Amino acid sequence: MKKLIFGGAMLASLLASTAAFAATDLTMWYHGAGNDVEKKIVNTIIDDFNKSQADFAVKLEQFPQAAYNDSVTAAAVAGKLPDILDVDGPVMPGWAWAGYMAPLTVDPAAYAKFLPGPIGTYNGKVYSVGLWDAAVAMVARKSVLDANGIRIPTIEKPWTGEEFDAALAKLQASGKFEYPLDLGMAWKGEWYPYAFSPFLQSFGGDIVNRDGYKTADGSLNGPAAVKFGAWWQHLFKDKLAPGTSQSPADRDNGFAAGKYAISWNGNWAALGALKAHDDVIFLPAPDFGKGPKIGAASWQFGVSATGKHQDGANKFIQFALQDKYLTAFSDGIGLIAPTPESAAASINYKKGGPMEAYFGLSKAQALLRPVYPGYSVAAKVFEKALADISNGSEVQPTLDAAADEITKDIAKNKNYTK
Amino acid sequence: MSTSTSSLRPSRWRYLPLVLVAIVFIFPLEFMIMSSLKPSQQLLSDTNSFRAFLPVGSISLDNYYAAFARAPVGLFLFNSVFITATTVVLALFLCSISAFSFVFLQWRGRDTILTILLTTLVIPIEIIAVPLLLLVNQLPWVGLHGLTFGWLNSYQVQIIPFSADALSVFLFVQYFKDLPKELIEAARIEGASWWQIYYKVIMPLAGPVTATAAILKFLAMYNQFLWPLMVTQAEQYRPVMIGLQYFFQLNIAWGEVMAYLTLITVPVLIFYLVLQRAFIASIASTGIKG
Repeated sequence: MKKLIFGGAMLASLLASTAAFAATDLTMWYHGAGNDVEKKIVNTIIDDFNKSQADFAVKLEQFPQAAYNDSVTAAAVAGKLPDILDVDGPVMPGWAWAGYMAPLTVDPAAYAKFLPGPIGTYNGKVYSVGLWDAAVAMVARKSVLDANGIRIPTIEKPWTGEEFDAALAKLQASGKFEYPLDLGMAWKGEWYPYAFSPFLQSFGGDIVNRDGYKTADGSLNGPAAVKFGAWWQHLFKDKLAPGTSQSPADRDNGFAAGKYAISWNGNWAALGALKAHDDVIFLPAPDFGKGPKIGAASWQFGVSATGKHQDGANKFIQFALQDKYLTAFSDGIGLIAPTPESAAASINYKKGGPMEAYFGLSKAQALLRPVYPGYSVAAKVFEKALADISNGSEVQPTLDAAADEITKDIAKNKNYTK
Repeated sequence: MSTSTSSLRPSRWRYLPLVLVAIVFIFPLEFMIMSSLKPSQQLLSDTNSFRAFLPVGSISLDNYYAAFARAPVGLFLFNSVFITATTVVLALFLCSISAFSFVFLQWRGRDTILTILLTTLVIPIEIIAVPLLLLVNQLPWVGLHGLTFGWLNSYQVQIIPFSADALSVFLFVQYFKDLPKELIEAARIEGASWWQIYYKVIMPLAGPVTATAAILKFLAMYNQFLWPLMVTQAEQYRPVMIGLQYFFQLNIAWGEVMAYLTLITVPVLIFYLVLQRAFIASIASTGIKG
């Protein structure tokens, strides 16, 4: 009898201890499948988090980036969202509005020193925080600019629009390049609004009127936008930049091969440019009147609104925001470390580092893409309008039609209010 | 009556356009295979010349090693071949037997149901994808874990919804209609059951249409992207077309893309070569074009 009681007590103790120490599983979806470096860093963060406490165990499921958003949308339809998901900055408002994501409860001190781009705020609440930011710059060779008598712009004194046009004309006249400027027209999709809407914003226009996000009329087709459209069209009409028929191979390899003098490209391509030439410099966007602008916000971590363990998901995100992980991502994939400390500790963005300029650009010129749920619709409309104008469509009617389409979408969705 | 031998012999020049057409079809494959052997930088620079089609420069299998390191290529290939092969077998059986019923059996509403079935030919998957997703997300399944509800992240969710389709039924119906009715009558007189007629009389005569339906179904299934994208959140069930997305990073490694494409093209070529004769015979006899 004693043995029985003892055995029963042991079993009860074992079950109780198992229950006490069984960590709750948290599922996490990430867009980096196929990128071994990202996978290793994310797995390191997850392993560290799982070892740091006993309440939650994060389990990772990776998706290829190009298929990620559609997978999340399908999972939301089926009610199968994970606890933690990552989201591209401009997509976040749409997912928050659609009820996929919940506001974060992460201590704001954890991201107080971050650049503005990686913090995803919608309707006054923070829904997502990124471990890096991305930036775009004019990539050029110092020797080429010097040889053509072109001033090297700085963050404090960027090129004016006139200076930029004059520089392109000089480079074209040199006869040494197929085109003086590579805008990356071969890259479709989000590249267009991310890379090109800052030009529009520097002219004084925008994809949508950010005052309430109720219309694009006047912003996308007003005088400033039309002026931008005319400038945009002249780049292609006057053979200053390759148009939509540019091959992806030329986009990837053209600057390195010497086909283009200046390439408008993201920091993720900077390491390749540095390998190709020993005098590469990263220059700020030109100022077309309303200040130089570049796009901001990259992939960020958020919490699913339907997750049962939002406290654990928030704990994980807060854990991931440590400087050492920000630096690891920066060193691993070349993206911008978002805090001064993590940048200073990074290989590429520390003082004197080869890509230091990007941190300054991101800090000084970054402008978030329109923060409203209809952005993904507006982005596609904007992309088509810019492609059409580059191919010769009349500027004013094309922008009028685009503004009309965006405004109708907002109205159709009742101003994207619940 | 005499005919000179030379007039019977086909002129060499007749082959010229055929050779040109063959080159047009072969060159993309040639480009893909050659590119898969070159480093990305060389691959891109070679695209400006005929070198793109030649095994010149730095040639190696490095892209293949890198492709296997980047993604579970073997798993994706297995998944696609398993899902496709199972679906093709199921579809050939279900579609042929339903076509048999539509053509040879008399039952009320037969023509109406066939008409309704054929109208689904014009409904693309994109239209029904979301309702289908909601449906399969509720369906029960008995497997290794007992009774479960919801088919997401499984093989069956990629197989069963596509195990019968209107196009295959239509192909079999058209083919069966041309078979001589006397065959059926003779078999019935001999006392054969309908199952025996289907299995021992009709299907042995349906080789060409079976090959056509198999190839069309194989290609449709093997190339599926949207549906697997929606229903496979777990990597272990992803097919090759989802796997292709693993290679499109910010800086695309084109050599690895070409190596992966070469690898996933192999099953398609093998399948087509195996059924080639029957497929051509089917086109010749029914005028069906794939």
